[in-house]
Amino acid sequence: MGRGSTRGFFGRRRQPESGRLPPGQYDAGREWPVLSAEVTPGLDTATWTFTVDGLVDRPVTWTWDEIHALPPSAYNGDIHCVTTWSKLDMRFDGVSVDTLLAAAGPRPEAAFVMARSHTGYTTNLPLADVTGGKAWVVWDVDGGPLPAEHGGPARLLVPHLYFWKSAKWVSGIELRDHDSPGFWERNGYHDRGDPWLEQRYQGD
Amino acid sequence: MTDVPAPPPATGPGRPSPWQFATVTDLWHETPRAKTFRLALERPTPFLAGQHFIVRLTAPDGYRAQRSYSVATAPGDDSRIDLTVELLKGGEVSGYLHDVVVPGDTLEVRGPIGGWFVWRGDTPALLVGGGSGLVPLMSMLRLARATGRSDLVRLAVSVRSPDDLYYRDELPGPEVTVAYSREAPPGADRAAARLMAADLEWMLVEGATCYVCGSAGFAEAASRLLVGLGVPVPDIRVERFGPSG
Repeated sequence: MGRGSTRGFFGRRRQPESGRLPPGQYDAGREWPVLSAEVTPGLDTATWTFTVDGLVDRPVTWTWDEIHALPPSAYNGDIHCVTTWSKLDMRFDGVSVDTLLAAAGPRPEAAFVMARSHTGYTTNLPLADVTGGKAWVVWDVDGGPLPAEHGGPARLLVPHLYFWKSAKWVSGIELRDHDSPGFWERNGYHDRGDPWLEQRYQGD
Repeated sequence: MTDVPAPPPATGPGRPSPWQFATVTDLWHETPRAKTFRLALERPTPFLAGQHFIVRLTAPDGYRAQRSYSVATAPGDDSRIDLTVELLKGGEVSGYLHDVVVPGDTLEVRGPIGGWFVWRGDTPALLVGGGSGLVPLMSMLRLARATGRSDLVRLAVSVRSPDDLYYRDELPGPEVTVAYSREAPPGADRAAARLMAADLEWMLVEGATCYVCGSAGFAEAASRLLVGLGVPVPDIRVERFGPSG
């Protein structure tokens, strides 16, 4: 048999939204799979904090109430998981990472961030991928509180990259002058994770 | 800024192999809804117990679909893997694999993937699986048995009924317990019920790493039971199987 295609495979009906789907992705429809690698934590918003530190002029920590007092920002659009599902037309509400960074004042040498979670999870990103209106800290999804299994009370949202970059239960971001791998990146996944370039694994 | 200690640094393999073609040399039913596919790899590809491979299908018009499937066999033979695949309702890839694939077919695969949910065979491991979540745990159990280290491993699996149990002839042993949630086999001394703390208490070993695998709902419930029994959260590794078709 030829090696161009798989014998007898034709695939499901091509989806009308397929132009919006990055290569190798499918529309999960109403499903929102849960794929974290740790026990879902029960975080209390009374003691929750979010911190920006590292290469900044002023490290800043916000409480739950303080971060809600910042100017709100929403994302309306799609998300893409490396396990090949995408979810279209979602709405997330929270605050822009630009707002948080402006308060802390990134130093000129800052070029990467390490996002970390209250569970110890980490993920690395170029600073340019979380600035310019491309990233948020969000606490509402589709009009209601973000469920714990999806990262609530608050998660990072970087929707133009595969969704493991959108750290659940986010506790802060540290600005750095160098890139080093986070949790999944140490475990074989790509350092940047652009779904349109199919950067799923190290070496892609 | 963390409430719990960070997970230990993972030391998984850096990157999966490039895509390669594998030949299906054999296939069989594990249950009415699950088949195991034995694949001969084109290139020897070492893997660790708990890792998965991606299967990629390409249609004549170039359309592609890919899904991850855990390896059921123990590491040791780098040129052969068994993937056990559950048939999902409307599953684009699982449906193809179940309905179309015959021995002699070739499939495009890539792996191994995942350096976190792995067991290297030399530390105490508690394995808790629900349904198809047994597959990566079976690789670990097989490794333990093949290397004479069954003493390191304890496994609890929850399935709906006897018809849903994978590897049912090979599975039984002093290190294994099966909990039936809907229908127990005749004469069973445990009535059908969801997994309970009492099903896991026997297996607890201080300092062991827990590997929990199953649907998101099962993984959540099982990991809560373990935490309730006093297992430290950082000792629990979770693999949630998504509805990925």
